[in-house]
Amino acid sequence: MSKKVKENAPIVSQECIGTDIYSMWLHTENIAREARPGQFVSLYSRSGDKLLPRPISICEIDKEKGRLRLVYRVTGKGTGTEEFSRLHAKVPVETLGPLGNGFPLEEVKGKKVFLMGGGIGIPPMLETAKQLEAEKTIILGYRDELFLKEEFEPYGAVFAATEDGSAGTKGNVMDVIREHALEAEAILACGPAPMLRAVKAYAEEKGILCYISMEERMACGVGACLACVCQSKDVDSHSHVHNKRVCKDGPVFLSTEVEL
Amino acid sequence: MSKMKVNLAGVELKNPVMTASGTFGSGTEYSEFVDLNQLGAVVTKGVANIPWPGNPTPRVAETHSGMLNAIGLQNPGIDVFCDRDIPFLKQYDTKIIVNVCGKSTEDYCEVVERLGNEPVDMLEINVSCPNVKEGGIAFGQDPKALEAITREVKRYAKQPIIMKLSPNVTDITEMARAAEAGGADVLSLINTLTGMKIDIQRRTFALANKTGGMSGPAVKPVAVRMVYQVANAVSLPVIGMGGIASAEDALEFIMAGATAVSVGTANFFNPYATQEVVRGIQEFLEREKVEDITELIGIVK
Repeated sequence: MSKKVKENAPIVSQECIGTDIYSMWLHTENIAREARPGQFVSLYSRSGDKLLPRPISICEIDKEKGRLRLVYRVTGKGTGTEEFSRLHAKVPVETLGPLGNGFPLEEVKGKKVFLMGGGIGIPPMLETAKQLEAEKTIILGYRDELFLKEEFEPYGAVFAATEDGSAGTKGNVMDVIREHALEAEAILACGPAPMLRAVKAYAEEKGILCYISMEERMACGVGACLACVCQSKDVDSHSHVHNKRVCKDGPVFLSTEVEL
Repeated sequence: MSKMKVNLAGVELKNPVMTASGTFGSGTEYSEFVDLNQLGAVVTKGVANIPWPGNPTPRVAETHSGMLNAIGLQNPGIDVFCDRDIPFLKQYDTKIIVNVCGKSTEDYCEVVERLGNEPVDMLEINVSCPNVKEGGIAFGQDPKALEAITREVKRYAKQPIIMKLSPNVTDITEMARAAEAGGADVLSLINTLTGMKIDIQRRTFALANKTGGMSGPAVKPVAVRMVYQVANAVSLPVIGMGGIASAEDALEFIMAGATAVSVGTANFFNPYATQEVVRGIQEFLEREKVEDITELIGIVK
């Protein structure tokens, strides 16, 4: 288990890379040293009226420079993410991490792997794509506007889907698989629940290994409060009910161990 | 060094700072951040006679300077709790207070009786959780029911009993007196205030349970007022909680009449909060030349 640290991490750079999509590099040697692809960090607002940490997935890890890249969506006016998007370089952000378990890269090493990301589930797949040694097919699902797509290109064949058909396949990530008759021996995926449901069903139908990264409303982020649970197929060894903690036991789960 | 020890029904705490039930699990997760040896007591998340799955998600929502939760007392049941959680806490030099929940008087008594043979220091009876349909709050909003369950639990209890009071009542002193009449050893308050949040984009409730318990700094003035009222209405020691995030907050409760205090929601935004409150109280006592924390308990009249 990686050691969790809470520290004031100065922003190295901040840039808007799409409508409401921001890319921020944080200087945090302690967290960057421990972080693995698929893990997340909690960012804390400076405003006293926003208590709860904002969980944000790790997009890239630069251990050499002690930096983490977070790509996140501003969820609305007056939100915590909007506050983060207004912060400039050198401003420190209270950051706790690394949290959760990342993708188990060893389990799919050397295989033909689909890396699938949907919407704001795309960013964590970038570091995953960089670190995973496998034959990678990268499938990215967008509503309309593309972001980060070209950054995936050095790591495998990249396919995109847009809901409005403005780029790539019209539809979603599953439509990409059908349209191009793509095949894989394993899947790593992160995205909204309907996408993960479809990916899980596809993997089970094909009988292939599949890990999905899930999202749920969190409070503590460290496994204590039991806010962010998901349903598990079997009785969980920690909770002793059909619940797993997304923040602590996840966010990455074997698709067959959770109900969606 | 000013004295920090306080006494709750014969149990001596090294300092008045404890965790609020449900915000700290059984201490495992926060032991990565906090030295549990520094705390007066760890109050565990509620435990029932059998495992409870809790409510559907979303279980939490943020509000201005506060939050709503409707976890629904998910817990692994008393067997796992005794095998796993108590031995974990026994490694530390802190008092262990187990929060007990149930759906019926029998449920509570079963857990209380079972814990009689365990190395725990006190039991806190959760008759005030607003997020479970049966039991819980049903006992906490009716003085007669509260007195009856207190009396019943006391028959089975080997450790001192803390009755945790709900703020969702017209007159909290009436509830405090009822618990005292039933034989409670200590009172703790406040549990969360029932609230609601609507997600206007989705046109539905922010919480799957529709309502949830509100906590965090926003509720502190309500909690301080209720602790003051209760401390002046009964002769039992009171554990104060509700929005404590700093030593200054904790001292307000102590001056209002609380013998000990619990840090709850603050753990979520500052995992070091409990330890910082302990240190801050000690520093305040030194700075203000107060020799013994007990001099400050209920000092406002």
